[in-house]
Amino acid sequence: MKIYISSLMVTDQNKARDFYTEILGFVVKHDIPLGEHSWLTLVSPGNEDGPELGLEPAEHPAVKPFRDALMEDGIPATSFAVEDVYAEYERLLALGVVFTQKPTEMGPVTVATFDDTCGNLIQISSYAG
Amino acid sequence: MPEEPGVAELFKALADPTRRVILDELVLRDEQTLFELCTRLVSIHGMSSSRQAVSQHLDVLEAAGLVRVERKGRYKFHFLDTAPLARIAERWTSPHHPEPKELS
Repeated sequence: MKIYISSLMVTDQNKARDFYTEILGFVVKHDIPLGEHSWLTLVSPGNEDGPELGLEPAEHPAVKPFRDALMEDGIPATSFAVEDVYAEYERLLALGVVFTQKPTEMGPVTVATFDDTCGNLIQISSYAG
Repeated sequence: MPEEPGVAELFKALADPTRRVILDELVLRDEQTLFELCTRLVSIHGMSSSRQAVSQHLDVLEAAGLVRVERKGRYKFHFLDTAPLARIAERWTSPHHPEPKELS
């Protein structure tokens, strides 16, 4: 068994596709129309055969209260690895991304948290050394 | 002399070591989410307080006026307010009644 896909709920798949590709730099792997929504998955640039990130419509009524509560307390829905959190923070800030946690060193790992504009907080992290 | 209102809450808030660490961390960086405070307590201080426990500590600090909560959009941030601490300094280091001058 191996991990091949991990999913996030997004309020608007079109908006999410734009944010995750144009701002974050991921690459669309599948975008298959499925009724009014799509089977939409992304991969990391340079690792197109690696794990996929699914962006699924946040349709279920339980999703909103759950995500609002996480959002209020600043809890990220998932975490992405970056080379340098400080550099990525500056890059995303310049693109208008809103952070709820500035880069913070936590022992060997440095983390920061931003809003994906589609209902989730996302953490980025980098390991020293 | 009767104590001013809020004094009991102030000392109760300061009596707990976890709450003192929360204040320490807010000195290092003001405007933190509950998530950031929780991760700081665990990763920097090795404390194993649950999210719920930290949330309750923050309520006590807020009641004492030491922490201010501000909503910005969909997020909730915590700010440090050191103003109530002045009461402690005033009470014991700045006596209300100066000592009578010595008679010459």
